[in-house]
Amino acid sequence: MKQSDHTKVAAKVAAEITDELLLAAKHVGYVKRGKHILNDVSLELHSKEIITLIGPNGAGKTSLIRILLGLSEASSGKVERKQNLQIGYVPQRINVPDVMPLRVCDFLNVMGKFSIDACQQMLTEVNCAYLLYSPMQNISGGEMQRVLLARALLKHPQLLVLDEPASGMDIIGQQALYETIQKIRDKHECSILMVSHDLHLVMAATDKVICLNTHICCTGHPDDVSEHPEYLKLFGDAIEGLALYSHNHDHEHDLQGNIVAAEECHSCEHHVHVQKKPQDKKP
Amino acid sequence: MSGLLMDDFVLYALAAGIALALVVGPLGSVVVWRRMAYFGDTLAHAALLGVALAIAAEQLPMAGVGLIGIFIAIILFWLEKQRDLSTDILLGILSHSSLALGLIVLSIIQAQGYNIDLMSYLLGDLLAVDQTDVMLMFVSAFVILLVFSQILSPLISMSVNEDLARIDGVAVEKVRFVFMILLALVIAVALKVVGILLITALLIIPAANARLFSKSPRQMVLVSVLLAIFAVLLGLYSSLNWDLPAGPAIVIAASTLFFISRLLFNRSV
Repeated sequence: MKQSDHTKVAAKVAAEITDELLLAAKHVGYVKRGKHILNDVSLELHSKEIITLIGPNGAGKTSLIRILLGLSEASSGKVERKQNLQIGYVPQRINVPDVMPLRVCDFLNVMGKFSIDACQQMLTEVNCAYLLYSPMQNISGGEMQRVLLARALLKHPQLLVLDEPASGMDIIGQQALYETIQKIRDKHECSILMVSHDLHLVMAATDKVICLNTHICCTGHPDDVSEHPEYLKLFGDAIEGLALYSHNHDHEHDLQGNIVAAEECHSCEHHVHVQKKPQDKKP
Repeated sequence: MSGLLMDDFVLYALAAGIALALVVGPLGSVVVWRRMAYFGDTLAHAALLGVALAIAAEQLPMAGVGLIGIFIAIILFWLEKQRDLSTDILLGILSHSSLALGLIVLSIIQAQGYNIDLMSYLLGDLLAVDQTDVMLMFVSAFVILLVFSQILSPLISMSVNEDLARIDGVAVEKVRFVFMILLALVIAVALKVVGILLITALLIIPAANARLFSKSPRQMVLVSVLLAIFAVLLGLYSSLNWDLPAGPAIVIAASTLFFISRLLFNRSV
């Protein structure tokens, strides 16, 4: 009896070393002005894991992210973070007041902790080295995302949280940004928690997809999902699914299934190639 | 002018003006970034109450203004947690009720036989500052700048984006509160120089002007100090030369500089 307990503990410790728990939400509920935004949401985020959070507008994605980041207080349940967890946050956009003179380098080094070389190097990583001395007010939406990404990466976060990083970008811009994120993740080996509408990326790089609509509707490993016959069957009515997505806001479960199928279908041919690579690496 | 400089009162006035310029530049920049002009106004209105209470207690008016300012900052900080009213409404309530209360206390004091020159508090009395005032102003300015330099980075970070600042570990509420207290102290320093009515002008105008000449937040802080000093020199000179009230002359100097720079250097118009 005791022996088996020991073995269990040892196994658990070993698991924790390779697969450290960074953040856990336990039965989180969030009520705002009497409205239930989140209901009994539990999730765990481990080191080097990529989780994508999807769900329709008003599903509570942003609220959940804010609670996980510690920017809002959960009304019930709790969030546990690893001690001294370094989080890099990439919001959708920020508006720098016009009255504030602020160059990209000032923004990156706003707390005065980094050298100009470090800023320059990080901008190079996100392919925006030319922006170092540009005023923040003059840069485009796509450049802003990259600058925000560079700022988040400067403190070498263990967890990178991205809130719809590609919203408002054209396809080419999105693809380029996702490539950059992928490259960065491979280099910095941080976990990623991303809110996304773009399910193509979800399938290509994510370890786990969480569908949220006030509560967690479904969770799954994209590999499992994509090999599943049920899933493949769903490819068929993808376009209709897309229509459903924007019109049927009240049938959440039906909706969820259709969302996954919907956008994925656009890229299914293409997706197979992308998907193969990570699979090949696995032992 | 060279003859005038020999006089002690001119030197004291100059020193007091420069002490003020050293603090209004940096704090004014943050006021401009964070749209806190109305908060400055509220503190200024409340300052009259501080003056009245200080006179009643036979203390230095500057101390009364500082204490009332801190008190207002605490009330506002607490009120801002009631989310159903916006800050400008809360400030409107605080600003006018403290002004009204100040006027009532003043009238009570006057009825008891104190002789109070209201105008000197409303418009400042720069040429009447003495050595003690100057010393006190420099000590306050030094303390204000010392604390300010400690919270400048968090303040810049918060002014850009509060969420990002929080995630970087900035104690946003604490920094905001400390800044409010510093602003209350600046109002106390400014009392003798420009008076209650014109304090906000000196916080805003040099900083707003400095925007045109700066590329980074820290640069704006420095440039606004220089512009504030320039306005003090110019204002004091015209006050002595043409026998104008010093406080208003400094404010007009600052705004003249502002309009000239807009006309000459603003390429975006």
